Amino acid sequence: MYRGGPGQWAWLLHRWSGVAVLLFLLIHILDTGLVLFGPQVYDKVVGLYTHPVFRVGEVGLVAAVLYHALNGIRITLIDFYPELTERQRPLFYAVVSVFVLLFLPTAYLMLETLLW
Amino acid sequence: MAELTAAGGRTRPAGKLELYAWLFMRVSGVVLLFLALGHLAIMHLLEGVDKINFAFVAGRWSNPLWRFYDWFLLALALVHGFNGVRVMVDDYVRRPGLRVFSLVMLWVLTLVFLVAGTLVIVLFQVPVGG
Repeated sequence: MYRGGPGQWAWLLHRWSGVAVLLFLLIHILDTGLVLFGPQVYDKVVGLYTHPVFRVGEVGLVAAVLYHALNGIRITLIDFYPELTERQRPLFYAVVSVFVLLFLPTAYLMLETLLW
Repeated sequence: MAELTAAGGRTRPAGKLELYAWLFMRVSGVVLLFLALGHLAIMHLLEGVDKINFAFVAGRWSNPLWRFYDWFLLALALVHGFNGVRVMVDDYVRRPGLRVFSLVMLWVLTLVFLVAGTLVIVLFQVPVGG
């Protein structure tokens, strides 16, 4: 184990962001399945996603996918280039930096219509 | 938890199945990087949830390439997520009976959702006249 520190946070966040995305995927398969029941049913249910609570949840989903993707690159790099193991810490800080750089403008653009 | 080398790196997984599972997670992960982030960028950033309705789906799925994109994303993400949870069951569920039960449930759930999702994408018919 990592005995605490950034590596353990990277791992914990990776695990639970993955679970969150998977849970949403299952819901998303069900809601998309409603297209088979015609426009009335589908539009009514999917219309719920425009509610502000879901808009914020949507931004959370994007955050989970983005972190999982970026840290997944870190894990894959370390696995294929074992000498990078000693640099897992700076690589985690790189993941966090790129995450912040991409997430903040994305979150702003997604919530813009909600703000004014 | 995987065993670690002296330098802290991961050891080669024991057994063919675990090796393939490990490789699948890396390969599908890289593909999903493009498919999933692409999907989010298109549906949540360029389009936005308020534009997504039955007519939008019908327009999109009138092109078989989008159906294939969506199906490929669905299948890869589902199996990638399934294997992630399988590793978590390995880590956390210790009682033998509960362990077998969890793994069986996981298999069943994954298959049901994979079949259901595939059927939706295949069976959906674009209404005549768009």
